[in-house]
Amino acid sequence: MEESQYIEELRPPLTSGGIIGWVKLNLFNGVFNSILTISTICLLWKVIPPLVQWTFIDSIWNSTAAQCKAADGACWSIIPSNIRFIMFGFYPYESQWRPLLAMILFAILIIFSRNRNHWKKSLGYAWIAGVFFMGLLLRGGVLGLTSVESSQWGGLPLTLILSVFGMVAAYPLGIVLSLGRRSQLPVIKSFCIVYIELIRGVPLISVLFMSSFMFPLFLPEGVAIDKILRAQVAIILFFAAYIAEAVRGGLQAVSQGQYEGADSLGLNYYQKMRLVILPQALRIVIPPTVNILITAFKDTSLVVIIALYDVLMSTKTVLSNPQWMGFSTEAYIFVALIYFAFCFPMSKYSQRLEKELDTTR
Amino acid sequence: MNFELKDKTETEKQLLNEPIIKITDMHKWYGDFHVLKGINLEVRKKERIIICGPSGSGKSTMIRCINRLEEHQRGEIIVDGTKLTNDIKNIDKIRAEVGMVFQHFNLFPHLTILENLTLGPTWVRKTSKKEAEETAMYYLEKVHIAEQAQKYPGQISGGQQQRVAIARSLCMSPKIMLFDEPTSALDPEMIKEVLDVMIELAREGMTMIVVSHEMAFARSVAHRVLFMNSGQILEENSPEEFFNNPQHERTKLFLDQILH
Repeated sequence: MEESQYIEELRPPLTSGGIIGWVKLNLFNGVFNSILTISTICLLWKVIPPLVQWTFIDSIWNSTAAQCKAADGACWSIIPSNIRFIMFGFYPYESQWRPLLAMILFAILIIFSRNRNHWKKSLGYAWIAGVFFMGLLLRGGVLGLTSVESSQWGGLPLTLILSVFGMVAAYPLGIVLSLGRRSQLPVIKSFCIVYIELIRGVPLISVLFMSSFMFPLFLPEGVAIDKILRAQVAIILFFAAYIAEAVRGGLQAVSQGQYEGADSLGLNYYQKMRLVILPQALRIVIPPTVNILITAFKDTSLVVIIALYDVLMSTKTVLSNPQWMGFSTEAYIFVALIYFAFCFPMSKYSQRLEKELDTTR
Repeated sequence: MNFELKDKTETEKQLLNEPIIKITDMHKWYGDFHVLKGINLEVRKKERIIICGPSGSGKSTMIRCINRLEEHQRGEIIVDGTKLTNDIKNIDKIRAEVGMVFQHFNLFPHLTILENLTLGPTWVRKTSKKEAEETAMYYLEKVHIAEQAQKYPGQISGGQQQRVAIARSLCMSPKIMLFDEPTSALDPEMIKEVLDVMIELAREGMTMIVVSHEMAFARSVAHRVLFMNSGQILEENSPEEFFNNPQHERTKLFLDQILH
């Protein structure tokens, strides 16, 4: 008995065998894996060098369209030559510094908001002021800025407006819908169920179509609602239904004991939900929610269907220029990179948020 | 285990007070299943009642009816002068006056210990944050856990969590405390630390209704022991009588089982 207290603490056994050991263990452990490894290497050998050749070695980065036609590699010149149209669409050329400034402002706000310690009331005010100022820049008409109709807005700013406002508004609306779906009151409950199931049952394109072509028919004579606003509302209403279902999963995952714990303190329904249940439920559903938000970001490109010039549509327009026809691969790769540049950080940030909000460790 | 509570006879004198809880012919069904079959119970101020009985006998359901975590369908429950009806205002008011400690603690895992304790007072009682924190620290001291105030519930042991849960209820300065099998989910080593806190509470004259199978605890703390079986209060007696001289066969069988 006495001796058992003095057992020396041992280090875990070493498993490494150097690089060769690792390769053996991970790439060649068994016949099947060995065949898989070798065929993968062969495939990469076939694919990678030509890709590199096309992308970098034979590529042209800054030239006219004519020079491009003669080249073997990628014609990246299409990007710098048309960058302003891809980015800003039909926004008046001499005023394009305004959407650019708005986007820089937006980027600064986003970067600053990443840190949860900055989430205070002042940040909320900064966002409200920022959004107001960005709108002012885009729309103009005051302070000596020329007025730019929203029908001329396009490119990346439009994509960002549609997706960011879409996500920011759809999220709380989705939460309200999910709470409504679990409500005790039959009227609220059935309304939420019908809404969610109806919206989920139709494609986004049809919702956009309705907002764009059918909805104006119901408006009285002389009343016109901005086309972008209608598309915006359609996107919000659409993704709210998806968010609602994700959040409902979270609400169900919070144990009954949490509801009872809150009840037993005498918290009313709103306090219970806001202070106890939702903080836990929303953390649980970060992965599916971010999934929906990323989808929403990318799906804003569907507004091409109602003739809004988002960043994808402006790229397509460039490609319809006879001069630059035939370089669609390069142009689409560039647009894909733009989307990736927004979606990947979103995903990364959500993972960070998940870790930070985990209080069990 | 051996507990002592010297002032028991003294508080017994005060039992002549008006009842703070009065349950009359209370029935409850889960669907078609008749869980509670006519419960009659009066609890006086500062009285301590232990409820025991086999699982499924309706013990938990009964005390959960007192703060309306469960709804009764027939009969009447009056808590601190307020009748329990569907009126949400009344329910929230009663819940604020009746503390509840659960088998699985039900602390809020996303809040620190201190935040768990200040939540009720700041939002329900509308006390200032500073005052709520002072009260919280007072009760954390009392359950011997003040040094953990900034930790999260997931970072402390089960016994500590249960003591925090008790402190959380106490922060609301309740008139009655309900305990729903407070030690059943704990490791044996941690049971005593929780019971000690409850004895301390009893000593201060808290009205307590405890569903528990800790018989030593019942013997030393309870004024009355209730034995429930299939939805009814089968036997009701002082602890001495209850343990030494059980009346019903079912009670004898139950006591044989749990006292070995």
